Amino acid sequence: MLSEASLQKIEELKTKYPTTQAMTLPVLWMVQEEHGFISPEAMKYVADLLKVSYGHVFGVVTFYTMYNARKIGKHHIEVCTNVSCMLRGSGKIVEHLEHRLGIKMGETSRDGTWTLSEVECMGSCGTAPMCAVGEEYYENLNPEKVDSVLNKLQ
Amino acid sequence: MIQSLLPNIADLHKIEVYEANGGYQALRKALGMKPEEVTDEVKKSNLRGRGGACFPTGLKWTFMPKVTPKPKYLCVNGDESEPGTFKDRQIFESNPHVMIEGIVIACYAMGITTAYLYIRGEYGKWVRMVQKAVDDASAKGYIGQNILGTGFSTQLVVHKGAGAYICGEESALMNSLEGERGYPRVKPPFPAQYGLWGCPTTINNVETLSNVPIIINNGWEWYSKIGAPKHPGPILVGVSGHVNKPGVYEMPTGVPLLEIIYKHAGGVPGNKGIKAVIPGGSSTPILRGDQLEGVCMDADSMKAAGSAVGTAGVIVMDEDTDLIQVIARIAKFYHHESCGQCTPCREGTGWLHKILDRFVRGDGRREDIDLLMDVANNIEGNTICALGDAAAWPVQSMIRRFRDEFEKRVHEAVPAEQVPA
Ligand SMILES: Cc1cc2nc3c(=O)[nH]c(=O)nc-3n(C[C@H](O)[C@H](O)[C@H](O)COP(=O)(O)O)c2cc1C
Repeated sequence: MLSEASLQKIEELKTKYPTTQAMTLPVLWMVQEEHGFISPEAMKYVADLLKVSYGHVFGVVTFYTMYNARKIGKHHIEVCTNVSCMLRGSGKIVEHLEHRLGIKMGETSRDGTWTLSEVECMGSCGTAPMCAVGEEYYENLNPEKVDSVLNKLQ
Repeated sequence: MIQSLLPNIADLHKIEVYEANGGYQALRKALGMKPEEVTDEVKKSNLRGRGGACFPTGLKWTFMPKVTPKPKYLCVNGDESEPGTFKDRQIFESNPHVMIEGIVIACYAMGITTAYLYIRGEYGKWVRMVQKAVDDASAKGYIGQNILGTGFSTQLVVHKGAGAYICGEESALMNSLEGERGYPRVKPPFPAQYGLWGCPTTINNVETLSNVPIIINNGWEWYSKIGAPKHPGPILVGVSGHVNKPGVYEMPTGVPLLEIIYKHAGGVPGNKGIKAVIPGGSSTPILRGDQLEGVCMDADSMKAAGSAVGTAGVIVMDEDTDLIQVIARIAKFYHHESCGQCTPCREGTGWLHKILDRFVRGDGRREDIDLLMDVANNIEGNTICALGDAAAWPVQSMIRRFRDEFEKRVHEAVPAEQVPA
């Protein structure tokens, strides 16, 4: 389920936390980075690895919005629509993205390339409106800039 | 000597540059003092927390037991998820070492050997930047075993969250660090008695701890004279919304809001008037544009104006803003982020959200205005953590200060047969 590099990292982590349960979030991040999402089998694997219950891992995965319990598109576009972004036109960005990708917020394109999500404040209020794709932030957006982001990713 | 949080020095995030500008001198100085003297210095400086509640930092540190058989912990709060807040990110990016230096000094003052820095999951890129800075600081012996040959040791673990505003609440953050769902804990017991893994724990915001080297370098007297006497020091103010130059600005506390908006942030686009300002992140009560005169960015002034400093995230709304849409969006946020433990918050935030959406659609009923107030009043003060209050305050203040906006959206339709001929 996890690469050698990750397993080694887990050994290192053990020195940093007094319990294995505390490694739940870091290990789930490793799984998601390697597989894109966290399947029930992966949750079982993490539970065994950390000697915690499957229920515990399931509870954590479903509590935190950034863990995907299901497969999602290759590119996950997250658009902030909270107040600071809203005041600077995130509505137009959402409209443009939905139009360009042919999907609505919360949907994934049939070919599995795109997933579009509305998210809460990402801490980009000074450079609003914004969207994130993976770890990358795209800021001070306008429809033209959205086009260039999409073209680059495609 | 480091005298500010975000000095205009190129490449300050690099350890050599930070050192060349007096970085880590405060740590040397602190390690030459007695731990109690360090805490005393911070106490006398009157530094107050920048995480939202303005709690006196030195006082918080004195709550930690001196002698205990258990390990002691420091949690550094970098969850930064309050809408309108984007200042800690600036520290991670431009000056991570001032934060790291502050963390090590705090650990020394309280006899702590492990600190956890919790950074929100969305800041993945910044987690990497900070980890690099921590590694550089360890390589130079500023953190880790036997720091600068003094015999004092402490480690700093960077921990990445996974998307949950509630994990910024101190006890939820501790549960999250323990690998649990981010549910806030009932207090008391407070973290200084029963924190991480049941051990004595102090929690401070990233910006709060970044102030510590400045205090140690320059002395409490110098520091306490910056800005507002009862809430002194440099503060990072994030300005967003309808301004020409949105961004994070460092300034002394106590600067008038109007100066922040017009001088620092370049005023309102199109020279429009200001309808409203949220002064300290989405949970702080909204202020009317015509009541801003004389309101300053410090705890007392904001309190007198009927709001709060919060995270100093100033959101400016011009005269054409639809405030009903704004408050509905804020309500949606708290509904989404309520952890669901307490009934008043879990159910109440949903009610607020749904009723406010009625107003957005123009379907509000006259009695809904009082219903909103009633729901908000029943959440406030009735929950384990302050997320409930944070959800109630914006709604209460919006109704008090902008009741006319709600009234305009009331749907006054009656059945056709009741229309007078
Ligand atoms: C719902 C909620 C969210 C919070 N989010 C944060 C946060 O993201 N960052 C932060 O520093 N404090 C946050 N706080 C405040 C913390 O509980 C705590 O007061 C703070 O970290 C203490 O640090 P300070 O004394 O240095 O300000 C939040 C509080 C609540 C109730």
